[in-house]
Amino acid sequence: MTEENAGGVAKRFLYVNRRAPYGSIYGLESLEVVLIGAAFEQDVSLAFLGDGVYQLAKGQDTKGLEMKNFSPTFRALEDYDVTKLYVEKEALEARGLREADLVVPVEVVSAERMAEIMEAQDVILSF
Amino acid sequence: MLHTVNKSPFEHKALETCLKFARQGSAVLLIEDGVYAAARDTAVSQQVQDALKSVQVYALKPDVEARGMQHRVMDGIRLVDYGGFVDLVAEHNAVQSWL
Repeated sequence: MTEENAGGVAKRFLYVNRRAPYGSIYGLESLEVVLIGAAFEQDVSLAFLGDGVYQLAKGQDTKGLEMKNFSPTFRALEDYDVTKLYVEKEALEARGLREADLVVPVEVVSAERMAEIMEAQDVILSF
Repeated sequence: MLHTVNKSPFEHKALETCLKFARQGSAVLLIEDGVYAAARDTAVSQQVQDALKSVQVYALKPDVEARGMQHRVMDGIRLVDYGGFVDLVAEHNAVQSWL
C-alpha cells in the first residue's frame, strides 16, 4: 500500500460501458470517472458490453460533429495503471469488429467469463 | 416519404420498425447512432441489404466518421453531408423520425 491510500483500502472497481460513444454523454462521462478512480489508486477494470464496444473502435473522427473525440484517451489509461479492459466477444462479432479494429489492447471474453469478472468486484458502476 | 433513424440497430427496434413501414421508393436516412446499421458484415447487415432492394438508404457522413465507420459502409448506401440532409428533407413530402 502506498502513502496516498495509507489507511484506506483499495477496492476493486468495475466500470461497465454499454453505450455507443456520441449518441449520449455516457461514454465520455464514464471515462472521466475511470480516471478519477484510477487517481485514487483503486483496482480498476473496464467492461465493454453491447454497443459499448463501439467506444473503442479505431478511426473515429469527430471534426464534422464538433464533439470531443475521446477514443485516444483510452490509450492513456495505461499511464494510470488501468490495463484491465474486457470486451464482450459476442458484441464484437455481432458488429463485425475484431480486436485489431480497437484502439487499445483488450481481453476479449465470453459472456460467462464476463459474469465471473463482475462477480469478483467490490463496486460496479454502470454507464 | 423520408424516414430518419437515429438509434443503434443493436440496442433498439427503431430501424426494424422503420423498415417494416417504409414503402417502396421511400428514402431512409441513418443519423447519429443509426449509422451503425450502415456497416458491412454485422448481425443486421442482411436486414439492411434486403431493404436496399426497395428503398434508398442514406447515412449522414459526419456521424459515420465520428464513429469510425467510414471504411465499413456497405455498397448501395449513399453518404450525405448536412447540406444533403437538407436536400432530402426538401425533396420529400414528409419526414418521419423513428426516435
